[in-house]
Amino acid sequence: MNLLLLLFASIVTSNIALTYFLGMCPFVTISKNVKVAFGMGMAVTFVMTMTATANYLINHYVLIPFGLQYLQFLVFIVTIAALVQVIEIFLDRYSPTLYAAFGIFLPLITVNCAILGVSLFVMLRVYNFWQTVVFGFGSGVGWMLAIIAIGGLRKKLIFCDPPENFTAPGITAILAGIMALAFIGFTGMASL
Amino acid sequence: MIIKSLIFINAFSIVIGILLIILERIIASYGEVTITMNGDKEFKASGGKSLLRILFENKYFIPSACGGKGTCGYCKLVVKEGGGDVLPTEALILSPAETRQGFRLSCQVKVRGDMKIEIPPEYLEIQEYEGDLVSTELVTSDIRKIRFHITGDETIKFKPGQYVQIKLDNEGATDYRAYSLASTPDDDSHIELNVKLIPEGLGSEYMHSLKEGDTAFFSGPYGDFFLDADSGRRIICVAGGVGLAPIKSIVEYWQSHGMDREIEVYYGCRTRKDLYDHEVFEKLDAENENFHYYPALSGEDPEWKGARGFIHSLMKEHLGEGGDSEAYLCGPPIMIESVMAVLKEKGVPEERILYDKF
Repeated sequence: MNLLLLLFASIVTSNIALTYFLGMCPFVTISKNVKVAFGMGMAVTFVMTMTATANYLINHYVLIPFGLQYLQFLVFIVTIAALVQVIEIFLDRYSPTLYAAFGIFLPLITVNCAILGVSLFVMLRVYNFWQTVVFGFGSGVGWMLAIIAIGGLRKKLIFCDPPENFTAPGITAILAGIMALAFIGFTGMASL
Repeated sequence: MIIKSLIFINAFSIVIGILLIILERIIASYGEVTITMNGDKEFKASGGKSLLRILFENKYFIPSACGGKGTCGYCKLVVKEGGGDVLPTEALILSPAETRQGFRLSCQVKVRGDMKIEIPPEYLEIQEYEGDLVSTELVTSDIRKIRFHITGDETIKFKPGQYVQIKLDNEGATDYRAYSLASTPDDDSHIELNVKLIPEGLGSEYMHSLKEGDTAFFSGPYGDFFLDADSGRRIICVAGGVGLAPIKSIVEYWQSHGMDREIEVYYGCRTRKDLYDHEVFEKLDAENENFHYYPALSGEDPEWKGARGFIHSLMKEHLGEGGDSEAYLCGPPIMIESVMAVLKEKGVPEERILYDKF
């Protein structure tokens, strides 16, 4: 598949948050303001690209030669956790400002299902190395776009008065649903 | 197949574990660093920890009320060299003017190399004490009055309203928690602390677990929240819950020094069970015409004869013109804010309102 098409599809038409509804927990809880949502989005994009690539390499050069593909889930989770740790160590040493800006987001990402989801999609759809890199990056950007959009929308929510039981997470889920409908409009252009 | 996967998963985890340990050793090690204070004193320490922690480990005591979380802002110091950029966590607390002067939150600054810092001289006078617990008494459902005798012939000099920091163990590392001194400075060989038990709270659980005869370490005195003993103005004290502790110290000092200044104590709690030393203050109120005591309960209590509602609304009623007064506030942030508004309305100048938020 054309890499550019793949990038476009992963950002817009097959948006990981709005078409697969992955990574919903931070999507709902950390989208209260745009600035923080942007920080989380950056961290997710960064980690997603790194982990998708690392998992691809491990799958390709370790798991497949040893006939251990059925361990994908376990191994991927361990790789993601370890990689986040490594990134944390590096950032803390070489870029304290960025480390402080990411703050609590990095460790949070370890258990974000969107990250694992991307690694698993890569295996399911049998991508090659560059497709994996592009898909990982694109999905991260897509997730970031979605969380920034919902962050912007939620800021307007203070002007609304939703029924009591729909405040905060409820109304956010409904908003996300309507946004997802809008994103369906793109599917005719490209799909995965 | 099971054995094969078990071996693989184990080997994989071990490899990753070792890799992480090696990385941590190589990358996150900073070696020995030199810290120079006020241009003349210097000491060596191993880097990689926060500046506040390293100073504490070397017996330089810096005020800190929040336990290094970067929320109270007491631990700010001027870092002249080696502090790096101001972190987003500090930008929330430090004002732009302070940032320009080089102030940093020492609990947030990580020591990565040699540093030059400035410490106010009064901080260098803060000492560490050892105390033997002489009595511990549960005065409400969750507040304990704990008294310590300072070991040996040592004495502590402090002003009514100041606080000490108790040293405790946090999963193997040393940690500190701040508590206001509830006793009068006249008795300089004893201190009393009032500690409210907070579930899962490291400091309060430790303090509540101490028994008679146990030893604890603390440092102090800290804080610029203390009584101006010579001003002659009317004293307005406002306490919320366990915030009564420093107010008790102020009242006792006022009483023992026979001050003829007027003093008003406003004390807010949720229920009658949360009030302590209520009788002591009532008695004082009855015996001394200069002492006025106004308790208020915010929760439901049919048997309570006194005032109801939040303490700031009670103050609106009773507090007269406040031009010649000074105020001491201790309690939760929301109480401080609403009381501040009332005090300003009554004409108490802002610089004469001192507060201790927790």
